Amino acid sequence: MGDKNDVWQGTLALMVLKTLEVLGPLHGYGIARRIEQTSGDLLSVNYGTLYPALLKLEQEGYIASEWGVSENNRKAKFYKLTRAGRQQVVREAREWEQTTAILAKFLAAPEESA
Amino acid sequence: MNWLLVSAQRLRGLLGKGARDRELSEELESHLQMHIDDNLRAGMSPEEARRNALIKLGGIEQTKESVRDRRGIPWLETLLQDLRFGIRMLRKSPGFTIAAILTLGLGIGANTAIFHLINAVRLRSLAVSKPQELVLVQLKGGNRGFGVNAGNETFLTYPLWEQIRDHQKSLSGVFAWDSWDFTVGHGAQAKSVTGLWVSGEMFSTLGIVPARGRLLSPEDDRPGCGAPGVVLSYAFWQNEFGGRDSAIGSKLLVDDHPVEIIGITPQSFTGLEVGKTFDIALPFCADADPNPAENNLIRRDYFWVIVMGRLKPGVTLARTSAELDSLSPGFIDATVPTGYSNEALKTYKNYRLTAYSGGNGISRVGETYATSLWLLLGITGLVLLIACVNIANLMLARASVREREMAVRLALGASYWRLARQLLAESLLLAGGGAILGVAFAGFFSRSLVQLLSTENDRFQLDLSLDWRVLAFVAVVAVLTSVIFGLAPAVRSSRMEPGDALKSAGRGKTGGRESHSFQRLLVVSQIAVSLVLLVGALLFVHSFWNLMKVDPGFRQEGILIASLDLGKLHLSPERFESTRRELLAKIRSIPLVESAATSTHFPFAGSWTSAITVESNEGPSKFSWVSPGYLQTLQIPLIEGRDFNDRDTSASPRVAIVSQSFVRKYLAGREPIGKVIHTSPEPRYPAASYEIVGVVKDTKYADLKEESPPAESYAPASQFPAGGSWAAVLIRSSSPLAAVTAATREKATAVSPDISMDFEVLKSYISDGLVRERMLALLSGSFGLLAVLLAMIGLYGVISYIATLRRAEIGIRIALGASRQNIVAVVLKQTMVLLALGIAVGTVLALVAARGAGSLLFGIQPADPFTIVGASVLLAGVALAASFIPARRATRVDPMIALRYE
Repeated sequence: MGDKNDVWQGTLALMVLKTLEVLGPLHGYGIARRIEQTSGDLLSVNYGTLYPALLKLEQEGYIASEWGVSENNRKAKFYKLTRAGRQQVVREAREWEQTTAILAKFLAAPEESA
Repeated sequence: MNWLLVSAQRLRGLLGKGARDRELSEELESHLQMHIDDNLRAGMSPEEARRNALIKLGGIEQTKESVRDRRGIPWLETLLQDLRFGIRMLRKSPGFTIAAILTLGLGIGANTAIFHLINAVRLRSLAVSKPQELVLVQLKGGNRGFGVNAGNETFLTYPLWEQIRDHQKSLSGVFAWDSWDFTVGHGAQAKSVTGLWVSGEMFSTLGIVPARGRLLSPEDDRPGCGAPGVVLSYAFWQNEFGGRDSAIGSKLLVDDHPVEIIGITPQSFTGLEVGKTFDIALPFCADADPNPAENNLIRRDYFWVIVMGRLKPGVTLARTSAELDSLSPGFIDATVPTGYSNEALKTYKNYRLTAYSGGNGISRVGETYATSLWLLLGITGLVLLIACVNIANLMLARASVREREMAVRLALGASYWRLARQLLAESLLLAGGGAILGVAFAGFFSRSLVQLLSTENDRFQLDLSLDWRVLAFVAVVAVLTSVIFGLAPAVRSSRMEPGDALKSAGRGKTGGRESHSFQRLLVVSQIAVSLVLLVGALLFVHSFWNLMKVDPGFRQEGILIASLDLGKLHLSPERFESTRRELLAKIRSIPLVESAATSTHFPFAGSWTSAITVESNEGPSKFSWVSPGYLQTLQIPLIEGRDFNDRDTSASPRVAIVSQSFVRKYLAGREPIGKVIHTSPEPRYPAASYEIVGVVKDTKYADLKEESPPAESYAPASQFPAGGSWAAVLIRSSSPLAAVTAATREKATAVSPDISMDFEVLKSYISDGLVRERMLALLSGSFGLLAVLLAMIGLYGVISYIATLRRAEIGIRIALGASRQNIVAVVLKQTMVLLALGIAVGTVLALVAARGAGSLLFGIQPADPFTIVGASVLLAGVALAASFIPARRATRVDPMIALRYE
């Protein structure tokens, strides 16, 4: 367990949004599990990072929440993407892809001969 | 845009805090449960499943905390918390809270009221578009006594205005105006209204949009226009026409001429003069008098119009002034008045025009009252300071009671800054309450002040609506006061050692000498400031008293002045003279009248100067043309020679009576009777020679404060060269002047119903001239008393407090055999030290402050030693009385009880 990485704040928002886009309305626990699973258990999400991030996304108007009942009959707060959230996923995903593509080029560049 | 949405959300997060917290707990709980469920399903034991979940998820409380931080605005929440706690603490001691808020309310209210007035007369901009671009065009240094002046040195003649209008370049628009009294209506309905003569360019240059109809334009203001139309002010339209649209196009009878009403100015525009509104506005061209000598639009010696303009974009005031200065010689050459001696014309030819900033309008009241108002603001500021010191003292006393609470909070880990913030929040609450109350008081105070400054003849009308400047002033004052009285307890709590405080708190003994020394410092400063205010109060009251008992050289009691306007009779000079004599005879025949006389001038009403030569001595002399009986009516003693009589007629040789000052100045004490005065020529007043036939005692001429009376000459009314249409009759009577007024009115109406009349009581007229001095004396006197009262309360509080703290010591002294007198002496000694220090500091401050008020004082030096000694003695007496009560109380300490506390 000690070798798991905590999620960076900046990428967590995108992961949450993407998760909600793929799976539809979901509670906090579900989001955390999904992120951990998708990362192949390389990442670990805890309350301290997840809930402030959810609140921030809600304040920014990308997600909305309401109370509902979970698959095994527990009362839980469900988060879902808003219209603005859907646009944000596309925008942020594109930005992220650009960044990683640029970085990849740097890493792949052959060493220049002196 | 996003941050805006987020901030709004966060602000909302401040509300319904409890519900949101519960919701978060539930959410986290359900998260935990789901995790445990999964762990169980994965085969863990219940205990292990829970442990694993908790470890994995980290601290629930920390999570809640970080969610909360993100949800609201943490510093705001703390502030609200502080304020809520503050309100609770203040509600615990309602007596203190009410006293503090009331004191602050009165203090802030007085300051705001005076600032409000300063704002209204000095700082507020005109309600026109871009007032900062407006400039006043005036003569540099005024008209220096040349020609005839309608009241203000900075007025221009109409021909000069025409030059400016036609030739200036650096202003995008110029206009002229003057305020003038008109009569509106006819017969019994006739009434006097305040009007404006305006040039056609005025409304368009100011950018004023009519509320109804149209405003006067250059097309209306053409030479020979007759009466093209009148514009009404919004207020006049509302009052006289009930705001009906039908007023437009109807006729208004102005000075007996029907004039069409063409438009209404907007409600916001009340004229260009601060303290004076207007009712109607007419174009200058309607003022043309058929007699050229009376035509103000042609006269080159009559200074009566105010010229203003608007700067072109990008042109500075300095450039405009420079341009006007360079154009001046041309303007002056084109408008040289005729009929003056070359000597007199030198003054005219040296005139130079210049531009001043005009965005605040013309403020004759501002000029008269600005110094006094700033001074009063200083006085009320000091009163507020004393009040703050009182509250600081009370807060310190409270803080020492709460020392244990503070110590506990410190011991539990609160930071010093956090405690100081808590105390400052309480002060802010008090100051805020005081400010709200202050604004309410200020409205009342400023209206009362305006009343105090208004006289029967000179109504003072000010726009006293609140604007941002006044509100900003209140806010700054409130914050400053709260810092002043809140800082002391806050600073002290930050110096506290929690351990010491907890140890000593149980025994009713606090702080060390240090805290007392701070309170002592406060008392010393209070005494010093009170002394300054008391000295000021005594100086102004004394100065006013001096003015009241000044001997003007004539008897002012029982004199009625009737101003008779015969203009509507259109009399020839000869007929005017005979009608004047007839009127005077009729008035003298009234049984109530003891004596009566006419004069071209009455005391303290304007000034009439001629250039004269007596035996090769040249200079100015005041000139009045008076009827026989003038000296007797005003009871001016004749020292030498004879009074005028009925044998002095227009046909007889010209004679004059001169004042003692005249003799001193021009004849160096030589025998005056028989000497001849030569006057320089002026339009309508050709050069003439008068033989001196009498000498009278000096009288004050222009106002009571005159240091040395001017040289005065009197000539017989029958020899007045200029004819005229107006006469002032001075009537002496020991009967009620109202009855005399009625009888005079009756007699004058019998001569002709077309004579319009105006009555004034000389005594009230003179005391109206002292309205500023009266205000200063009254207000500085009341504030001085208030300051002493506040200082007394402060001293009483501090001495009682210190005496309580010294109870144990006093108990020991009594136990050791000290007498009551000893104890009283011990306590009073403390007061004496504070008092001596305070008076020493206060004397220095008072000497410095009084120098600034020197110009407002009459007949007393700012550094008057008797005033300072008197104020000190008074203050010392009051202070000793205030500390005698706690001293007496201290002697009643039972040594047993006092010692048991130790």
